[in-house]
Amino acid sequence: MAVITRGFGGRRRDDTDLPPGQYRTDDFPVLSAGPTPRIGLDAWELAVVTETGERSTWSWAEFTALPADEPTVDIHCVTHWSKFGTRWRGVSIDTLLADVETAAEYVVAHSYGGYTTNIPLEDLVDGQAWVAYEFDGEPLVPVHGGPARLLVPHLYFWKSAKWLRALELRLDDEPGFWETAGYHNYGDPWREQRYLAD
Amino acid sequence: MARAAIPGRLTWLPATVAATRAETATARTLVLDVDGWTRHVPGQHVDVRLTAPDGYTAYRSYSISSAPGPDRLEVTVQTVPDGEVSPYLVDVAEPGDQLEIRGPLGGWFVRRPGDPRPALLIGGGSGVAPLMSMVRAATAPTRLIYSTRSPSDALFTAELATAEAAGDSPVAVTHVYTRIAPPGWPTPPRRLDADTLARVTWPGAADVVAFVCGPTGFVETVADLLVATGHNPGNIRTERFGPSGG
Repeated sequence: MAVITRGFGGRRRDDTDLPPGQYRTDDFPVLSAGPTPRIGLDAWELAVVTETGERSTWSWAEFTALPADEPTVDIHCVTHWSKFGTRWRGVSIDTLLADVETAAEYVVAHSYGGYTTNIPLEDLVDGQAWVAYEFDGEPLVPVHGGPARLLVPHLYFWKSAKWLRALELRLDDEPGFWETAGYHNYGDPWREQRYLAD
Repeated sequence: MARAAIPGRLTWLPATVAATRAETATARTLVLDVDGWTRHVPGQHVDVRLTAPDGYTAYRSYSISSAPGPDRLEVTVQTVPDGEVSPYLVDVAEPGDQLEIRGPLGGWFVRRPGDPRPALLIGGGSGVAPLMSMVRAATAPTRLIYSTRSPSDALFTAELATAEAAGDSPVAVTHVYTRIAPPGWPTPPRRLDADTLARVTWPGAADVVAFVCGPTGFVETVADLLVATGHNPGNIRTERFGPSGG
């Protein structure tokens, strides 16, 4: 028997692009687990580390000199909000991995401040993910993950790690921060994979 | 059709409004009876699902404000102007009404029972809701700093006053008023600052676990202040109530 909530009308919007259980917001809510790390651009570095320990790194100047894309994407947070048509500028993961030799199937994204999240490598390649450093034409502010964050719009937004420091390529899957705190390991909003066994 | 339960999977549970309590002019606590409700850990939240008669559904997350217990929980909801779900919960829902909940959720912004470490709880506005669950369940030393615009915006005022009154209470409460202070208040209205923080927290602050919940700007400012006053960033846990269409 479905539960009907008496007196609830709701506000319907024609949001056919909304995954199940989401609502649309025009704000940009902030969610994070601790203080916002402040990373100076002169100390900032992005690393890709393979399963054999090979390390590729980019300084801020090197990173921002790489070819960049300007994706406009919808983002979906596990706390039920979705934001449509967000505009970013960032470097495709394909670009970062172009010269990287790996047999890895999984990636752990590491953030300044200690946050981690795990994503299958196949979800980061072929134009599906970026390391973003501008939002709406402006440098990405710290509260939203600046200097640079991962952007994986087809998964719930906790996978798009803020304050990105390194991508660790792995042969095995290593659950990250929220993935070991009751949230789903993969996090597909269209299959509503919010929590552990969804 | 009910789906077969998958072990470990959180299912939607029918919840019946048992009672409501006005907390301020724009916030209300809903007491929910839920058969089979698992005891939560203070700080956790629930997902709420409302279904209109035509099948339209809306979902939001709300913090649990009650102490852990079986078959019953409380959520405290602040109306978001022009919101879709919160005005219903604050102004319309009555005892006997039904909705659905899923939870308890969240494994990070939690204070586990038996954790002996002192906790500094800092709430802004309705961000005090999950901290109230921690206050109600407190056995270890607990200090709450509660920032509101004015006394009439503060939730749980009477209960917080009595919570610390007992001689052996582990709880101490400090109010901060940012716009209007009560008559006779020793300081003019002001935002939470480093001095107040340093006065309230413990010496050797690095071992204290801090829980900060409120609007984004508040949480950002307070978390930065905590780091500046010597708190270990790894022991600062935050939860934000952004304006998110509530």
